[in-house]
Amino acid sequence: MSRATPVRIRLRVDPVACDAYGYCAEILPERVALDEWGYPVVDGTPVPAALLDLATRAAAECPRRALHLERTSAA
Amino acid sequence: MTTAAPPRTERLLRTTDADGPTGPGLAAHLSLHGPIAVPTRDDREWSHAIWREVAASGLTGRGGGGFPAAAKWDAVTRSGRRPLVVVNAMEGEPASAKDRVLLTWSPHLVLDGAEVAAALSGAREIVVCVADDRDPTARSVERAVAERAVSGGGRPVSVVRPPARYVTGEESALVAFLDRRDARPVLRVDKSTPLRVGRRPVLVHNAETLAQVALVARHGSNWFRSVGTPEAPGSTLVTVSGAVRAPGVLEVELGTLLADLVARAEPTSPVGGLLLGGYGGSWLDPGDAAVPYAPGPLADAGATLGVGIVVVLPTTSCAITETARIARYMAGESAGQCGPCVFGLPAIAEDLELLAAGRADAGVRHRIEHRCAAVDGRGACRHPDGVVRLVRSALAVFSDDVERHAAGRPCAGHDAATVLPFPVTRAAAGGAR
Repeated sequence: MSRATPVRIRLRVDPVACDAYGYCAEILPERVALDEWGYPVVDGTPVPAALLDLATRAAAECPRRALHLERTSAA
Repeated sequence: MTTAAPPRTERLLRTTDADGPTGPGLAAHLSLHGPIAVPTRDDREWSHAIWREVAASGLTGRGGGGFPAAAKWDAVTRSGRRPLVVVNAMEGEPASAKDRVLLTWSPHLVLDGAEVAAALSGAREIVVCVADDRDPTARSVERAVAERAVSGGGRPVSVVRPPARYVTGEESALVAFLDRRDARPVLRVDKSTPLRVGRRPVLVHNAETLAQVALVARHGSNWFRSVGTPEAPGSTLVTVSGAVRAPGVLEVELGTLLADLVARAEPTSPVGGLLLGGYGGSWLDPGDAAVPYAPGPLADAGATLGVGIVVVLPTTSCAITETARIARYMAGESAGQCGPCVFGLPAIAEDLELLAAGRADAGVRHRIEHRCAAVDGRGACRHPDGVVRLVRSALAVFSDDVERHAAGRPCAGHDAATVLPFPVTRAAAGGAR
């Protein structure tokens, strides 16, 4: 894992768009938990490189396009 | 509601004896507050001077956010396009009456402030938003607008009547309505990007904030700061209700002791608790009444100014029951967009209702706390966060009551009539338009 990369990726849910399909939690349980009503609670800390492919897939598979990968400059 | 007597700080609520309940006309307004010269064309020198005064005054928004009023102008003026100035007089908080009182008694002061904000930001048009169930307020504004049109000059002002729902007054919901979309809050990832109607950026100010701007523009920042505290300068409007002999809208210096403020409304019985800010605000213990009514000290006590609401709960009322009623009302006022709010608020309200009646199981407190954590910060707007704040404050301030209720021993007052005002709610389902 490279230590040089200054760009970090965080997960963000659009709560208006989200309809609790729950695919994100199945694909990326390391970063997404579901609340008692089935809506995702995401870990907002930077996604480690090892999980980036799965995070990208989780966002792409969301039927409501409610999961976003956000680029933030390293804090 | 009427203004409670005797008013000690009279700035916004200053009136002459001749004023009728319809509010002063333009001539009376000008003789009372003095003339104000607002340029009708862009005037950089004037704009900079006024901006400096308002910034130096330390005036903060009176619509609940409490941010510096002048800071709002920066983002909008930077955007390059001519903005639209929106006067937010929706006042969706059931226990608030200040904006109504202001627009009934002193509509020209609010319109003066809107004119100043428009001149500063280069806006050529002003929209005043009054909820569609507030006809007398809207008529008062329309009458004032007509008077100003006759005297010439000024920018065109229109009165718009969005639906009377709790969340419609939320800034992004209001702008969505003006933009002919559903009047529901919009998720804003970057709050420094101005809201827009069409391509125009929108400058939204609470009605009281603009009335304060009108006074600062006339009298300057030193005058504004001559009352209040250095950290919280100026006066503010407070709607006091509940178990008081003289409910109504008071004008107080910021930093006035909460106990003095409550005393002015003349409590009718020993005080059991104080609701501060609004239905998304906080409960305070009567022992906290020694705290100054200003953002900093209130924050230390776990409360906020909110929209200037103080409800006095008598010792004969049950705080758990009152909190349950607020939670149920707020659940019904959800915009219905975000899952945690749609499912979480009714779940919290139901547990509070069972607790109020002394019929909850042993896990109720833990469950409410857990669900508060599950809902907090997970909506597009702050509606669920407000309910969480209120419920958490109830669990903390009325902790002994909670324990007694949880043990199956509810208060004697748990089925008494509520002292909190609730509007007749409309069907909560469907679009907000």
